[in-house]
Amino acid sequence: MPGAIYAEGLVKTFGDVKALDGVDLEVPEGTVLGLLGPNGAGKTTTVRCLTTLLRPDSGRAVVAGLDVLKQPDAVRRSIGLSGQFAAVDEYLTGRENLQMVGQLYQMKAKAARARADELLEQFNLADAADRTAKTYSGGMRRRLDLAAALVVSPPVMFMDEPTTGLDPRNRQQLWEVIKQLVSDGTTLLLTTQYLEEADHLAHDIAVVDHGRVIAKGTSDQLKARTGGERVEVVVHDREHIPAASALLDKYSLRGLGQGDTTVEEHMRKITTPVSGGAKLLAEIIRELDADGIEIDDIGLRRPTLDDVFLSLTGHVAEAKDEDGEGARDAEGHSKGQRAGKEAVK
Amino acid sequence: MSAVSDAVRVTAPGNPIGQSVRDSLVVAKRNLIRMARIPEVVIFGLIQPIMFVVLFSYVFGGSMDIGGSTSPQVYREFLMAGIFAQTVTFATAGAGAGIAEDMHKGLIDRFRSLPMARGAVLTGRTLADLVQTALTLLVLAVVALLVGWRTHTSIGEVLAAFGLLLLTGYAFTWIGAVIGLSVRTPEAATSGGLVWLFPVTFVSNAFVDSSNMTPWLRHIADWNPFSATVQACRELFGNPGVSTSEAWPMQHPVWASLIYSVLIIVFFRTLAVRKYRSAAA
Repeated sequence: MPGAIYAEGLVKTFGDVKALDGVDLEVPEGTVLGLLGPNGAGKTTTVRCLTTLLRPDSGRAVVAGLDVLKQPDAVRRSIGLSGQFAAVDEYLTGRENLQMVGQLYQMKAKAARARADELLEQFNLADAADRTAKTYSGGMRRRLDLAAALVVSPPVMFMDEPTTGLDPRNRQQLWEVIKQLVSDGTTLLLTTQYLEEADHLAHDIAVVDHGRVIAKGTSDQLKARTGGERVEVVVHDREHIPAASALLDKYSLRGLGQGDTTVEEHMRKITTPVSGGAKLLAEIIRELDADGIEIDDIGLRRPTLDDVFLSLTGHVAEAKDEDGEGARDAEGHSKGQRAGKEAVK
Repeated sequence: MSAVSDAVRVTAPGNPIGQSVRDSLVVAKRNLIRMARIPEVVIFGLIQPIMFVVLFSYVFGGSMDIGGSTSPQVYREFLMAGIFAQTVTFATAGAGAGIAEDMHKGLIDRFRSLPMARGAVLTGRTLADLVQTALTLLVLAVVALLVGWRTHTSIGEVLAAFGLLLLTGYAFTWIGAVIGLSVRTPEAATSGGLVWLFPVTFVSNAFVDSSNMTPWLRHIADWNPFSATVQACRELFGNPGVSTSEAWPMQHPVWASLIYSVLIIVFFRTLAVRKYRSAAA
């Protein structure tokens, strides 16, 4: 029994650019998959294929138990899509927008209106319900867009870069909403360029680059692949560097392919790969203390998803990928999407 | 919040035609609300034809030979059917720009991910444009009466003429829909929606007596779908300058106008809906 979202070998070519080069995915019911990748990696194209907006050249996809290619209408009844930028009609009020979407989900006008009011309340937009969306802030528009995707409480949700362009406060707010949604049992596929976001919201992460999934796993698993934890010590006195370095070396996992003990003289910082967590850290502190080495700072540092991304793809997540940009252009209206993104900012 | 626990399940629709009509009306309402909130668009849409009425009737009136008369009054009565017809076709640009903007802003994506009737987004837009066209025609008819345009037939025939005009305008908005779905920006849709209308509306009987054109041009004008509507209106209004050409559309203009409009709708609607469904948008 495949998960709530299942894709196998999705391929999509635009002109001579391969936007998707055999994407395989599986999202178990009630979980969140974070699709992580730089611009143009194929995240949006994947979402468009799974939400019936785009027909893949080959491959198979099942959403909510329905074949995306054979039963697109049934799939549309079971999904909610929140796009890369807020797709709401800016000349309609918040209430009118939601009511329209409800009616297009085939609700009766009255039921759609009641549901709109409910959502406006839940998304903290009740005060702005009768103002046109044009007057909304970027964060409010995103919330309205998300509310529109939730009009029928679909069992499967897709969010394409839901927080791109939002300020930290609004991002935090939207995260709370998304977490709530997931705790209520919705299956979610979320794309993001923000490693922090995937770390925060997703159970599983699939890293995409050049139209393929290049790594899969939980955040912890992916981090473990990059290397384990490291102890960082900043000594107070420059003269103590050799002694501290020798001490740390005892605990180093050096030789296990985890890198070496490194010393940054000017920062008086010594770093070494370890395993053993907080317990080990306490032990190291006691030994340093016993040897009379005064320290300014000590900490256990775990790799971030940024490190993961870098080690997997050889480039940082934020970096623009030129080929990828080409792939997006080939999608036809990606210029518009980018313009839309700018507008949201 | 409990977005999921209040689950509102979506059931499969019963009657697809009923759903299509309902969805189209929901989208039409949305577009009409928009139009009401951006009145500039409607107002500019009115200024242009009014300017044409005034400019053509005062600048050209008196130097145009219509059925052997160069009287400005005769030209004014001759002109109005042409202006009315040209005005309804200009709705093409509005429809195209509106649909291109929806694509650009990602709204088409939202609509396409909803379990709604496939053609409803486009039908809704064209219906809203039809309402706008009707309003424009109403204002224009009043202006026309003010500058001296008169009809000389029964009220039924006059209403029939306006009906044909609306149908022609509606047909042309489907051409606009195809243009809107084919270009990348609303600006391109506006200019792309207008540019080809000038030759279509000028190589016709709308502003001059086509019998004075060189034979090959006259042939085009006589078979131009747009000319059929103009000729039909002149006949139904009892206005001067009805073409005596032997061409079938000029001999049977009401039928010709109806047939042309229906053919345009069938062809361009099919094309537009197909484009919408696969909109790489």
